[in-house]
Amino acid sequence: MAEVSAGRTGSSAAPRAVAEEKRLNMVQALNEALADEMARDETVLVMGEDVGPDGGVFRVTEGLIERFGNKRVLDTPLAESGIVGSAIGLCVGGFRPVCEIQFMGFIYPCLNQLCSHAARLRNRSRGTFAVPMVVRMPYGGGIRPPEHHSESYEAMLANTPGLKVVIPSDPYEAKGLLIASIRDDDPVVFLEPKRIYRAFRQAVPTAPYEIPLGEARVAREGSDVTVIAYGAMLQVALASAKKAEAEGISVEVVDLRCIVPLDVQTFVDSVVKTGRAVVLHEGPRTCGVGAEVAAAIGENALLSLLAPVERVTGFDTVFPGALLETHYLPHEERVLAAIRRTIDY
Amino acid sequence: MQTHGLAELYRQMGRARAFELAVERLWRRGLISGEMHLGTGEEAVAAGVVTQLRAGDGLALTHRCSPALVVRGVPLVPMLREMLGQSDGLCGGRAGHMHLSSREHLVACSGIVGASLPRAAGFALAAKRLREGAVGVAFAGDGAMNQGMALETLNLAVAWSLPLLVVCIDNGWAITTRAGSVTAGELGARAEAFGWTVARADGLEVEEVQRAASELLARCRKGKGPALLHVTCPRIDGHFLGDPLLEQSRHLTGSAAKQTLGRVMSAAVSSGGGGALQRAASMVKMVGTMAKARRETGRGDRKDPLRVAHQAVKRAGGAVDVIDAEVEAEIASAVERALAGIEVRDA
Ligand SMILES: Cc1ncc(C[n+]2csc(CCOP(=O)(O)OP(=O)(O)O)c2C)c(N)n1
Ligand SMILES: [Mg+2]
Repeated sequence: MAEVSAGRTGSSAAPRAVAEEKRLNMVQALNEALADEMARDETVLVMGEDVGPDGGVFRVTEGLIERFGNKRVLDTPLAESGIVGSAIGLCVGGFRPVCEIQFMGFIYPCLNQLCSHAARLRNRSRGTFAVPMVVRMPYGGGIRPPEHHSESYEAMLANTPGLKVVIPSDPYEAKGLLIASIRDDDPVVFLEPKRIYRAFRQAVPTAPYEIPLGEARVAREGSDVTVIAYGAMLQVALASAKKAEAEGISVEVVDLRCIVPLDVQTFVDSVVKTGRAVVLHEGPRTCGVGAEVAAAIGENALLSLLAPVERVTGFDTVFPGALLETHYLPHEERVLAAIRRTIDY
Repeated sequence: MQTHGLAELYRQMGRARAFELAVERLWRRGLISGEMHLGTGEEAVAAGVVTQLRAGDGLALTHRCSPALVVRGVPLVPMLREMLGQSDGLCGGRAGHMHLSSREHLVACSGIVGASLPRAAGFALAAKRLREGAVGVAFAGDGAMNQGMALETLNLAVAWSLPLLVVCIDNGWAITTRAGSVTAGELGARAEAFGWTVARADGLEVEEVQRAASELLARCRKGKGPALLHVTCPRIDGHFLGDPLLEQSRHLTGSAAKQTLGRVMSAAVSSGGGGALQRAASMVKMVGTMAKARRETGRGDRKDPLRVAHQAVKRAGGAVDVIDAEVEAEIASAVERALAGIEVRDA
């Protein structure tokens, strides 16, 4: 199945006909990834609030406790710090826990465990201990909930050395990236764009497959400008690219897949080709992922640039209430305007 | 300490309930968005405790905040405008229904489970320094009591001898997780071990709650350290409106329940996975969860605290019908004023 994950692009069809496929939404694809890995490796555990009979608030763990039993699927007390903290100990003791945090907004009680311990244990033990843990959580806006249910603070985690930060953009990506994250020997924060959990279905191979961490992909080929995105914003990038095409602008879209490790080469190669770049994310602007990407372009492709790098991002505010959500989240018109600015520069 | 007659307590409970039902209607019309946790079933706790507070006492609440806010006298129209996301709402439309706050009433709510305890502890310390006799009060669920920040507060409040009352509203659930399966020991005993004064009350009996709250608050006000009031009560509308666990457990032959059961069964028999014993244990857990949800008190049931109070007032010869009518009129008028200028497109 290795060829399936290699170099998949949106425009040139990937060689996916090899194996059996099912049409799945992202929740189902994630559920398959968890089940596949639990079946393959007895040390993989799932733990979190309501992950048992309930199957998690978004049903990603549905059916796992019934199939794998309550020794491998643990309903925890309401205590994020306890969940991630004990998961670290489980790692040291020989397990590969996959923790669920119900929303990214509830990550703060466990940041101490994540940043002070999970991220550092390998380094401070000079490799004696690894922390093969995944902490999954839905993140980002789009469902009009109250505060704490929409944030997109991946940059905060990306700025913590020792953590990998992985963000899938569609069901196919979700399954392959989650499997790779579970097999990875270091802590991975796996952010799931809840806005597209059930937004569309896609052909997903039935057999397990890995999408290597740290390899971005060209999701759409183009020649005039590169839009760099990830997560739910990839769909916005692709839709904007289509609209730009109608205006005669050819847009290449890069899906980062991982914020850490960041695949600089793939987007730099693209920008060298197109000469223009727009970075798109829904998290706040200041010190966001866009700033890092723009800096990397400056360092590696400065003389190819025909226009300044544009950033289309969320705002430097707390994520607003339902009525303002559509103003906060980057949308196609904002992306198109940025694309045009790079062309008109 | 002032006491409130049963009829007045019943009125406050009725206001809290009617407010929640009004919120539900707005939510069902799509005017309030996001998951909606109603405080139906907690009315006796809200009325019994909050009527015992004075001006200057601070109140930290949770994701089920509105019953206590209504009893505290926070104006209803701005509260509703806030939930509707309007810029003239209680918090300028920035807080939404889970993070209401009012400086005037010294109340603040947080959707972060467990956050109310340290918040009220800090307020209690401020009160101790600046407002002798005032207290900090936190409402917290049974689930919240297992958060690290809650356990830290159990320690800190005694170490600093704080005028802090924590009201643990124990409905036996955290979303779909049964409290008994994730909680060590008994919550009151836990606090006692830290040196707290603890009282227990039945959340169906508003006068019992009021008596217990009044005694504990008097101790706190006299500087005798923190106190915990552990109250049990039903969770009438499930975790949130449309709670699938509740709906499916109540309608076991409905299509949603059948679908879930089908998925569960196919997972339970699919190849690869745990041994038969472990799978069976999971099924027992699943069935136990549904059975508990099925037993949950519904609106107007014998164990609905509002009904219990209603009957008690009636037995005592109180004018329940008059109270009910006044409450209904008050809430209806608040809703009408709150909706002024909002474009309503009903489905
Ligand atoms: C830190 C944090 N973790 C998880 C959640 C999601 N959540 C919201 S309410 C709830 C259950 C709370 O249980 P309990 O404290 O008993 O209050 P109840 O809902 O029963 O009133 C959970 C897990 C949250 N809001 N905050
Ligand atoms: Mg509870």
